[in-house]
Amino acid sequence: MEKATFRIWRGDANEAQYVDYETEVSEGMVVLDAVHRIQAEQANDLAVRWNCKAGKCGSCSAEVNGNPKLLCMTRLNDLPLDQPVTVEPMRAFPIIKDLVTDVSWNFKVKEKMKPFTPRPPDEEDGTWRMEQEDIDHIQEFRKCIECFLCQDVCHVLREHDLHDEFIGPRFFVYAASLEMHPIDTENRLEELKNQDGIGYCNITKCCTKVCPEHITITDNAIIPLKERVVDQFYDPIKRLFRVFSS
Amino acid sequence: MASYETFEHDVLIIGAGGAGLRAAIEAAADGLKVGLVCKSLLGKAHTVMAEGGVAAALANVDERDSWRVHFADTMRGGQYLSNARMAELHAKESPDRVRELEAWGALFDRTKEGSILQRNFGGHQYPRLAHVGDRTGLEMIRALQDHGIHQGIDVHMENTIVSLLKTGDRVSGAFGYEREKGRFKIFSAKAVVLATGGVGKAYKITSNSWEYTGDGHSLAYHAGAELIDMEFVQFHPTGMVWPPSVRGILVTEGVRGEGGILTNSEGNRFMFDDIPELYVNQTADSPEEGWNYTQGDREARRPPELLTRDHVARCIVREVHEGRGSPHGGVFLDIAWIKEKIPNAQEHIRRKLPSMYHQFKELADIDITQEPMEVGPTTHYIMGGIKVDADTQMTCVPGLFAAGECAAGLHGANRLGGNSLSDLLVFGKRAGEYAAQFAADNGEVALDDSAIEEIAQQVLQPFDNPEDGDNPYEIQAQLQDKMQELVGIARSQESLMQALEEIQTLREKADSVHAIGNREYNAGWHTALDLDCLLTVSESIALAALERKASIGAHSRDDFPEKEEQGAGKYNTIVQKSQDNTMGIRREPVPELTEEYQEIIDEMG
Ligand SMILES: Cc1cc2nc3c(=O)[nH]c(=O)nc-3n(C[C@H](O)[C@H](O)[C@H](O)COP(=O)(O)OP(=O)(O)OC[C@H]3O[C@@H](n4cnc5c(N)ncnc54)[C@H](O)[C@@H]3O)c2cc1C
Ligand code: SF4
Ligand code: SF4
Ligand code: FES
Repeated sequence: MEKATFRIWRGDANEAQYVDYETEVSEGMVVLDAVHRIQAEQANDLAVRWNCKAGKCGSCSAEVNGNPKLLCMTRLNDLPLDQPVTVEPMRAFPIIKDLVTDVSWNFKVKEKMKPFTPRPPDEEDGTWRMEQEDIDHIQEFRKCIECFLCQDVCHVLREHDLHDEFIGPRFFVYAASLEMHPIDTENRLEELKNQDGIGYCNITKCCTKVCPEHITITDNAIIPLKERVVDQFYDPIKRLFRVFSS
Repeated sequence: MASYETFEHDVLIIGAGGAGLRAAIEAAADGLKVGLVCKSLLGKAHTVMAEGGVAAALANVDERDSWRVHFADTMRGGQYLSNARMAELHAKESPDRVRELEAWGALFDRTKEGSILQRNFGGHQYPRLAHVGDRTGLEMIRALQDHGIHQGIDVHMENTIVSLLKTGDRVSGAFGYEREKGRFKIFSAKAVVLATGGVGKAYKITSNSWEYTGDGHSLAYHAGAELIDMEFVQFHPTGMVWPPSVRGILVTEGVRGEGGILTNSEGNRFMFDDIPELYVNQTADSPEEGWNYTQGDREARRPPELLTRDHVARCIVREVHEGRGSPHGGVFLDIAWIKEKIPNAQEHIRRKLPSMYHQFKELADIDITQEPMEVGPTTHYIMGGIKVDADTQMTCVPGLFAAGECAAGLHGANRLGGNSLSDLLVFGKRAGEYAAQFAADNGEVALDDSAIEEIAQQVLQPFDNPEDGDNPYEIQAQLQDKMQELVGIARSQESLMQALEEIQTLREKADSVHAIGNREYNAGWHTALDLDCLLTVSESIALAALERKASIGAHSRDDFPEKEEQGAGKYNTIVQKSQDNTMGIRREPVPELTEEYQEIIDEMG
């Protein structure tokens, strides 16, 4: 069987280094398979998150040869195996151990956002009527598996560390799914502008490029939200209109 | 003295899949202090992986559907070993549970009239599964999660419960460790709900993740609860078989619901060759009729590919055994053929089955809109589990409740697709409600400190075991091999006796596995601790399988091909810990169906 070397980042917040592991590789393997084989045979205490092994749960996010990836969806035959494959944790979050990072910040961000608030039901049985056409674009946002790879790659978080002022692309997608939900009645634009820091996003589209669910984060979620914010807060004619109509 | 932190809750819920989240939301509704513990991050439980849909007789697509038909379908699918009262509650309440999800933000696919769309699935007479493409579980767990986080529930993510705590007869809390630092946590509670999911990791080929080590089954068993019908393990007929690293990953039944067909190496649609008695009247007798059914023709009957999972899995095994399999030991599942029938087939498939398209494209280099998939059976679900009261979901241990896949009763000998997601919602809610009531009606319980100390010691044992002790991963792999080989789709007295012996040997080895490193996020240590649960559920499956001397539903015995044992009547198997700490097994007769239930079955069958 063919062999390949995996250069895995081992350690915790205090101390860490890359460790090379050589292991057997076979047809169809993904990086997560190699990590598991190393864990079972050479490094029992190696920390890695995973669940579904099919790109559905968003647990196994890490960086492979410097690229933010789901370990379970990264095939070895797409990587040059004549050199070591580098596997390291996401860099935009504090390290816990090895490939596992502390992503709890993301859960706190979501908790602070205004929840879904539906209009009263359309029908007596408590249901709503919605056209498929009107929900297609929100279903795109709802495909999000919360892998946080987009958060990992966004320079506002990764380089500028603005976690207190900027919620990151994942939560703009979330905000968009609520704001554009046909039966939601809440308005989140004030928060998006002020607390959530949508203004920091300068549309580099790095988030869209790494999204394993192929959600068009920037074009379909962030830009429309930015436009709504502009309409509400900066458009003088619309503002005037609001003053008169209220 | 071991050091630990203590958390006090009125109701503690173990597991944050659909069942646990729904239970937590319900229990928190009355302002009680509710704790929710899970092994992974929130939103990553198995429920997220469910693809096909959630069964509920909403009758949006076919107005002939009703709770009575759903009830009859569930009972027939379960070969009449299901708890009829649970089947009734499930069929009656699931429509409301599904609608409620939309009030919490879920967005199911729509009919032309704008209501929730429903699709066909095996064993359901009418299109009944509410769905979102093939990512229904994600939609469901996200709706529950996003609603749940605003209900004042204390969530303890990445914490594993290793033992329940009892005070006298009553459950009083649970002992766990957090993964990050390996610190111990004690949870005291007036009522505890188990919602830990299934046991698939006991087998080598499975659609299940590392979490499915049967923890809830094992925790309940050690606390004195009964496990019912553990022999019924569902082998889903269509798992991926190639490449080896993805073997077992699920291919949703939705593929067949949308018109996908099964063929063998001779190009024959072999499912037409063997249609069971119970279903002859409901099955198409030509490919044309089958196709029409999948396209919503109400006069047509379903294609044989949509027969129950146990049957389809056995037919696939037969084809492979008799030399008519695909190159990698499965059969062919073809959805691409529908281009003969509809003009924009390629786009249609990608829209209806986006994640299947994605999964095969990225993991197997196969374009399912152009070529057939190779599929074979994979361990998927356990119908058996913790025995509970149908209405309240309480076990025989006061204060201990169970819901979702780890509980049992609804599915009998075989579960219909889509009936699990609805099970989680209906009985998750009930478990939450009655656990809250129990907590309100019964006062505090003091914890037993000496028991805690003892558990702490056992949990650290793998670090203290000699360094030449076995590697925990190795023991896990050996167990999976044996269960696959000896307690799989085809079983016999001989294979099961041998399995029980192997399990004993592995148990001895498991006692001396060695964990390297320290307590911080140490996967090897965690695997060592999961072994006890895996061995307990494996033993209970093998023991129950030995007890049932018949081939019914998901359980087949080569040495007893008949559906019923002569003169034994219908019974459930019950596993419970005996006085001497060994595993006991007994039978309990299935109660006669009431006249009312029998009438519904006769009318709707
Ligand atoms: C690939 C796949 C596709 C499926 N598709 C469908 C479908 O289309 N329709 C359908 O009806 N069903 C489907 N099923 C079945 C269904 O998804 C599961 O049966 C169901 O989701 C189980 O839900 P649950 O709430 O019982 O448990 P889970 O969602 O599995 O959650 C279990 C929870 O318990 C926690 N836990 C476990 N042990 C411990 C412990 N010791 N300490 C603390 N926490 C613990 C876990 O961390 C997790 O949070 C599918 C299953 C799979 C695997
Ligand atoms: S487009 Fe905006 S959110 Fe996305 S990575 Fe760039 S700056 Fe970040
Ligand atoms: S938007 Fe995409 S990249 Fe970001 S968390 Fe969701 S799935 Fe991951
Ligand atoms: S393990 Fe679920 S996305 Fe990789």
